[in-house]
Amino acid sequence: METLQNLLGINLGFFVWKLICVIALVVPLTIFVAYVTLAERKVLGYMHARLGANRVGPKGLLQPFADLLKFIFKELLVPTKASSKIFTISPMIILICALVTWAVVPLSPTLVFTNVNASLLYVVAISSLGVYGIVLAGWAGNSKYSFLGGVRATAQMISYELAMGFALVGVLMVSGTLNLIDIVKYQSVGMLGGSILSWNFIPLFPFFLVYLISGVAETNRAPFDVCEGESEIVAGFFVEYSGTTFALFMLAEYVNMVLVSTLTALMFLGGWLSPFPASWGIIGTANMAYLVLKVCFLLFGFIWYRATFPRYRYDQIMRLGWKVFLPITLVWIFVLGAWMVSPLSIWH
Amino acid sequence: MLQTVFFYAFSIVLVLSALQVVLAKNPVQSVLFLVLAFVTSSCLWIMLNVEFLALTLILVYVGAVMVLFLFVVMMLDIDIETMRKGFWKNLPLAICLGLVILVEMIMVLVTKPVVVYKMSQTDATLSNSNQIGWVLYTQYSYPVELASLILLLGLVVAVALTLRSSEKNAKYQDISKQVAVSSLGRIEMVKMQAEKPEIEGE
Repeated sequence: METLQNLLGINLGFFVWKLICVIALVVPLTIFVAYVTLAERKVLGYMHARLGANRVGPKGLLQPFADLLKFIFKELLVPTKASSKIFTISPMIILICALVTWAVVPLSPTLVFTNVNASLLYVVAISSLGVYGIVLAGWAGNSKYSFLGGVRATAQMISYELAMGFALVGVLMVSGTLNLIDIVKYQSVGMLGGSILSWNFIPLFPFFLVYLISGVAETNRAPFDVCEGESEIVAGFFVEYSGTTFALFMLAEYVNMVLVSTLTALMFLGGWLSPFPASWGIIGTANMAYLVLKVCFLLFGFIWYRATFPRYRYDQIMRLGWKVFLPITLVWIFVLGAWMVSPLSIWH
Repeated sequence: MLQTVFFYAFSIVLVLSALQVVLAKNPVQSVLFLVLAFVTSSCLWIMLNVEFLALTLILVYVGAVMVLFLFVVMMLDIDIETMRKGFWKNLPLAICLGLVILVEMIMVLVTKPVVVYKMSQTDATLSNSNQIGWVLYTQYSYPVELASLILLLGLVVAVALTLRSSEKNAKYQDISKQVAVSSLGRIEMVKMQAEKPEIEGE
């Protein structure tokens, strides 16, 4: 960064450096997401006792690129009487919101695009904007199916955002900071410091479960994917989209999946901390590889749920969000508060 | 220098989008411009280093309130022409109200701020969100409690308006009953003969 600033002046050098950082973050992320789509097809295939995509490249490894090429060469259709501006903007809104959130997500104590104090609040705020893309896509298509999908998605995302927010309150209470790096750091200290027992997911187990399930609902994945329920409303909010715009929706869905998995890993599974004692040499030290492993495990979970559970009925989804998760988190916030001030507290 | 450029850019977008909220022909578009106004004002707040307020503005107003607003506006079939009919009749009242609001805002700007926060020396290291937390829950804890009570009241009223338990013919689904259903209660196995006996004479 200093060399660039010397070369191009303070402001321009800073700008160019950040641009390089953005590319260095987004390109690997996109490639990772592309392979998550392939992994989903393969894993679902094996769970259904079939092979999955295996024709393009060795063992089907080039399949995501073939899909991308196919999407690019398809025609972009805008339905008659659709609001064409909003129709084209809404997939961009979804993808931008999904990608912009990564600006504050740390991958290791030093590898972070910007280290802001309120990074957790930033993540929650920006990811709550993504629902606009969905609801506008549903409205702009001027189709009843897509409108119904948009309405369902909005109601569902707002309901589960609350439970998710309250689950985060528990994490905030024990770490006392909104900074994601510090949240990971505080999981390695305390009475059980340094061991897997001090990671948030064991003392805060109810919050962890609520967050994990709300994360699936928030990304509109199976078994909460009523907003794109094929059997009732064809494909939900993106029923009118074709070609590249459709690809943007898919990309945003998978980026959001990776994001939710990363946040779960950071806040509950100890991020880059190692599950082994520090005396074990290289496998005992905190490492970015551990974060990637945890994220991959959670992503596998996403695919696993899809292969395992049947789709929820809509009233069941609403009931789970409002009448089950919200009371659980509210009660546990009080329990956690009492635990923290009691002599049994493990967070000193 | 760069800050000034950004400030004016955000301010221009803010003013233009606020104007469009009133002027846009389609109600959905005006809601979207209101969202844009909220986002740009939050950008301005971030430039003032009040990141907690800025992010809360996005989280609460843009992420929740405006989504519900958009939801309602999309569902309504609003006819703009009939709504424009009373424009000249209501204009004097609107101007009066506008003037009152304008005077109020000017008074807020001219007079000294009501909220004074005395920052102690140790607070300098705290982050913005920590500082707001300290002030809200120590110095201003009674107003916070009061505001939360009013919100709770609104919540209870909304529930009371829609609760239908007093109606006798209201129908509910009892989920635990639905889950506890066993196949024996629903399906009856009936033994039937494999073939009908042949009718004689055919």
